[in-house]
Amino acid sequence: MKPFAYRRATDARSAVATVAADPDAAFLAGGTNLVDHLKLGVACPSLLVDVSDLAADLVEHLPDGGLRIGAGTRNSDLAAHPVVRAHYPLLSEALLSGASGQLRNAATTAGNLLQRTRCGYFRDATAPCNKREPGSGCPAVAGHNRHHAILGASPDCVATHPSDLAAAMVALDATAVVLGPDGERRVPIGGLYRLPGDDPTRDTVLAHGELITAVELPAPFGGRARYRKVRDRASFAFALVSVAAAVRMHDGVVEDLRLVFGGLAHRPWRAAHAEDALRGSAPTEVALRAAADAELLDARTLSGNGFKVPLARNTLVSVLRELTDGAAEPEDDA
Amino acid sequence: MTGARPRVDGPAKVTGAARYAAEWRAADLRHAALVTSPVPAATITAVDTSAAERVPGVVAVFTHHNAPRLRPPVGAPYGGRLPLQDNRVHYEGEPVAVVVAERLEQAREAVGLVRLDYAPLSAETDFRAVADTAVPTPPARWGPADTTVGDLAAGIAEADVVLRAEYSTAARHHSPIETSATQAEWRDGVLTLRDATQGVFNVHAVVSSALDLPADRVRVLAEYTGGGFGSKGYVWPHQVIAAMLARELGGALRLVLTRAQSFTSHGYQPPTRQRLVLAATAEGRFTAIRHDSLSPTSTYGEYVEMTANGSRVAYACPAITTTHRVAPVATVLPTPMRAPHEGPGMFALEVAVDEVACELGIDPLELRLRNHAEVDPTSGKPFSTKGLLACYAEGARRFGWADRPRATGSLREGDQLIGWGMATAVMATMRFPAAARARLHADGRVVVEAGCQEIGTGTYTIMPQLAAEVLGCPPEQVVLRLGDTALPRTGMTAGSSTTLSVGSAVTAAAEALAARLALLATGDPTAAVRLDGIELTVKNGAVEVFRLDELFARLGVDSVAAGGSWEPRENQRSMHTFGAVFAEVAVDVDLPVPRVRRLVAVYSAGRIVNPLTARGQMTGGLVWGIGQALLEKSTTDHRLGRFVDKNLAGYRLPVNADVPDLDVAFVEEYDPHASGIGARGIGELGSVGVAPAIANAVHHATGKRVRSLPIALEDLL
Repeated sequence: MKPFAYRRATDARSAVATVAADPDAAFLAGGTNLVDHLKLGVACPSLLVDVSDLAADLVEHLPDGGLRIGAGTRNSDLAAHPVVRAHYPLLSEALLSGASGQLRNAATTAGNLLQRTRCGYFRDATAPCNKREPGSGCPAVAGHNRHHAILGASPDCVATHPSDLAAAMVALDATAVVLGPDGERRVPIGGLYRLPGDDPTRDTVLAHGELITAVELPAPFGGRARYRKVRDRASFAFALVSVAAAVRMHDGVVEDLRLVFGGLAHRPWRAAHAEDALRGSAPTEVALRAAADAELLDARTLSGNGFKVPLARNTLVSVLRELTDGAAEPEDDA
Repeated sequence: MTGARPRVDGPAKVTGAARYAAEWRAADLRHAALVTSPVPAATITAVDTSAAERVPGVVAVFTHHNAPRLRPPVGAPYGGRLPLQDNRVHYEGEPVAVVVAERLEQAREAVGLVRLDYAPLSAETDFRAVADTAVPTPPARWGPADTTVGDLAAGIAEADVVLRAEYSTAARHHSPIETSATQAEWRDGVLTLRDATQGVFNVHAVVSSALDLPADRVRVLAEYTGGGFGSKGYVWPHQVIAAMLARELGGALRLVLTRAQSFTSHGYQPPTRQRLVLAATAEGRFTAIRHDSLSPTSTYGEYVEMTANGSRVAYACPAITTTHRVAPVATVLPTPMRAPHEGPGMFALEVAVDEVACELGIDPLELRLRNHAEVDPTSGKPFSTKGLLACYAEGARRFGWADRPRATGSLREGDQLIGWGMATAVMATMRFPAAARARLHADGRVVVEAGCQEIGTGTYTIMPQLAAEVLGCPPEQVVLRLGDTALPRTGMTAGSSTTLSVGSAVTAAAEALAARLALLATGDPTAAVRLDGIELTVKNGAVEVFRLDELFARLGVDSVAAGGSWEPRENQRSMHTFGAVFAEVAVDVDLPVPRVRRLVAVYSAGRIVNPLTARGQMTGGLVWGIGQALLEKSTTDHRLGRFVDKNLAGYRLPVNADVPDLDVAFVEEYDPHASGIGARGIGELGSVGVAPAIANAVHHATGKRVRSLPIALEDLL
C-alpha cells in the first residue's frame, strides 16, 4: 500500500477533469472492490477522487417508459426499489444473488458494473498476471483455472467478469451514460465490456477518466425473466455459471428472448446464437438443448473448467424450461 | 452446579469489550510488517533496504544481514525455521525481512520497497510427485507410524468381499477470524507478549529459549484468542520475530499477520492420499483392514497426519495394518487442524465401510453394529468408557434411519435427488497435565486461576461451574483468570483437552480450598463446606455458619487459597470419544451442487459439563465438517509453488445458507478413567465423521461414489 491523496468531488465535470488529467488517479465510490485492491497492492493510485457526494442515487422514470438509475445508487437500494421489483425483477434477483448484505449496502450501481475479475492470480500482487502487469504472463492458463473463461478468452487472459448485475443489465438492454472530458456519450452495456484479446488490462471500452453517471433501462421487456446463479457455496460466492434470461411467449412459440451467461467469459456473454435458434420456435426440450449447444459450440476449456460446458448447458436449459413453463407441450396447450 | 449455563464472556465479545492480542495500547507502540518470499525455494543473493528505510516513520528494516541471532528453540513444538538467520528460503511466504515503523501504514508501504534478489532453487510442492517418502517419527502420544495386528493375508484370503480403494482429502487452512497477532514489550529487561495463541506456555518456552532469556524474564498473556482450530497451537516465526525485535528496539511492538500471510505462516492441514483394503465375509464380518496414508511434510521439519489412527480402533477385526509415510515438500510445515488425524482419516475408512455395505447388500448401520469393537482391537485394552451403541441407536431414532430405502436414487423430490448416509466418529482423547489455584476473598468472591486459554470454546464459563460445584456456591460467585504464564501451568488448548485436563485441576484446587476452609473454621479438613455469598456453612456433625469477613478477620487473613493439580496417569485403558453422524443431502438433477439438508449427531464423550457450550462445540464441529465435505480446499499452483486464492473469498468456508438444521445429542456417561471429572474431550470430535456421512449420502442420492474431498459439482455432473 502506498500513500495516496484523497479528494471529495463536488461535481461530476471537475471530477472527470481531475481524473482524466492524472493517469494515476482513480474514482472511488462504494470502495468494496478498489479498497481491497489498494490493500492488496493490485491498484496503486496516487489520487482517489471520491464521487460519493455527487447525488447520483436517484431512480427516475424516463418519458419512454424506461428507468434511469443514478450511478451511485447502492445495490441494496436498487434491489429493493419498488419499480425495479415490479418491472425489472431480473435486476433485483441478480443483485440479491451477489455479495452480502453489508457489501450491497456499500456497493454502487456503476461500481458493481466496473468491478474487476476475482482471478486469484490477478489479486495476488506477487504473481504474474497480464491484466495487472502486461507481459508478465498468465499462470491461470496452465494453473488453477476452475473459475475461468470458456468463451472469448485469449492466450493472454482467461479471466471472467464477476458481476451478476452486469449480466442482468445486458439482458435488459441497458445503456450506460458516460461523462468524459469531452462531454457525455451513451454506451450500451452490451458493448461496454471488452474481450481480453492482446490487451487484458482494459476490462471495458471506457477511457481513463470517463465516469458512468447513470444507467438507463428501456421500457420493460415483458414476458418472464429469471436470474439463475450456480455456485459452490449457497450464498456469498461468485458464479461458476449464471444465466440472465427474459422470454416472451406467444401461442406456444418464443416470440422474443434475451439470454446472457455470467461466469463464462471476460464479459457478460450475450448468447445470441441460442437466442436466434429459439426465436420463433416452440421451446421443446430438444430445441432448448440445441440452442444451448449452438451457443457453446465455440467453448474452449482449460484443465480445470471443462465442467462449465455441461453446467452452462444445463443451467440455460433449466432456466428456459422454467420460463417457458412447458408451453410447448401439446397437452398443456390443449 | 454444573449444567446449562450461557457464556459469561458473551457480552464482552459481542460489545467489543473483550480485548484480543492486537488490541492492547501502549504509548510507544510501533508496528512491524513482514516481507515474505514469493518463491518456494531460493537463495537470497542481494538485499537493498535503502528505499524502505527512507519511508517517513520507518524505524528499522531487518533482514538476515542485521537481525539478532537466535538459538534453536526447545520445550514446545515450533513449526517454522528460525527467522532471518540465513539467506535460504524453504517455502513461499517465509519471512525474509521485517519493517518496523511508527505507524502500520508506513510499515506496509515500506514492505513494498524492500528489494530482495532470489536465485531460485528447484522446489516440489506436489506431495504426490515426491519419490523419496519417509517413515515419520510421530510424537509418542499419537502412536507409532506403523502398526500390525493379526495376519492380514489370511484375513483377506478368508473374505468374500475385498474392497481396495484410494481416497484423498484436500489441503485446508484453519482460517480463524482473528488473524495471528503478537504484541511484544521489552521494559526493564522483561519481555511481555500478548499473543493470539492456544498455548501461552508453548510461546514462553520457544521465545525464552530462542532469545536465550531466563524463564522469569518472559511473560506471555492471552486473555482472549479469536479462534485457533490448531493454527495457534504450535509456535511460529512471527511470534519469535515480534519478541526478538521488541528486545532489539525496546518498548512495544505489534505484529499482525495479513489474511494472505495466514495461509503461509502457521501451518495447514496437509492433503492426504489414503489407500484402504477392507475385507469382509458375506455375513458382514470384517476380516482384514489395511490403511496406508501418505501426506506432505516440509523440507525443514516433520509433521505427519495420522489418518490411519482411527482404523486402529474403530472396528473389531482380527487383522489390522496401518502405515503412515510423509513426503517433504517446499511449503510451511503442516500442523494439526480441527480435527487432526481422525478428521481426514475417518473419511476414508467410513466411505470404505459404506462401499462394503453396498457390495454386501447390508444396511450400513447394521454392518457397523456387526463389527462393533468391545475392546481396542489394536492394543487389546478395554475402552475407558464407550457408548457408541447408544449413539447409533439414538441417532438412528432421531434421524428416522429405519425408513431408509436401500437402493440409490430412490428418494426424490421433483428435480432434487435425496440421499441418506451415516458414519461413525472416533477420536483419540488427548490429555495434558494441569495445575490450578483457587482463592476465596472475604467478600465471597472465588478467583480460580489457571494458565490456559479461551479460544472460543467456553473455558471462562465452565471452569467456574466446576469450582462452584465443589464449593456449593452459585457459579456467578466464581471468576476464572487464565491466559498468563504467571498463573499455574497447563497444557495448550488443543486436542480437545482443556475441559478434562484443566477442569480436573480446577476441581482439585477447589477441593483443596474447601478442605482448607474446613480446617480453618473447625480444625477438621474433612468437614463438608458450602459457600453462599459471604456465608460459609460447615457441617462437622453439627452445622455451623460463618461469615467470611468475620472468620477471615479472626484468622488475620484477607483471603484463603489452595492449589490443585492433575496429570494423566498411565493406565490400561484405551481412551477415545465416539459418535454417530447421520446426513441427508439434496442434489439437483441438472445442476448437481450437493447441499446438506439436515445432520443428526449423537456423541459418547464422557460427562458433559455444560450442555450449552458442549452443543456449541459440536454444532461448530458439524459446520466444520460440512466445509471439509463440500467446500474447503486450498489449491496449490505447483508451477509457482504457492497456494492460490489466499483469502476468504477464494478459500470457501460454509456460510449460514450452507448450514441446515443440526440436531446434536449426547449419551449420558461418566468416564472414571479419563479425567478427574468424568469427562473426555469433545471439541474436535464434532468435525469427525461428517464428511463421510455426507459423501455416503451423496452416493445414496446419486449412485456416484466420490472418494476425494471436497465433493464438487463437477464430480456429480
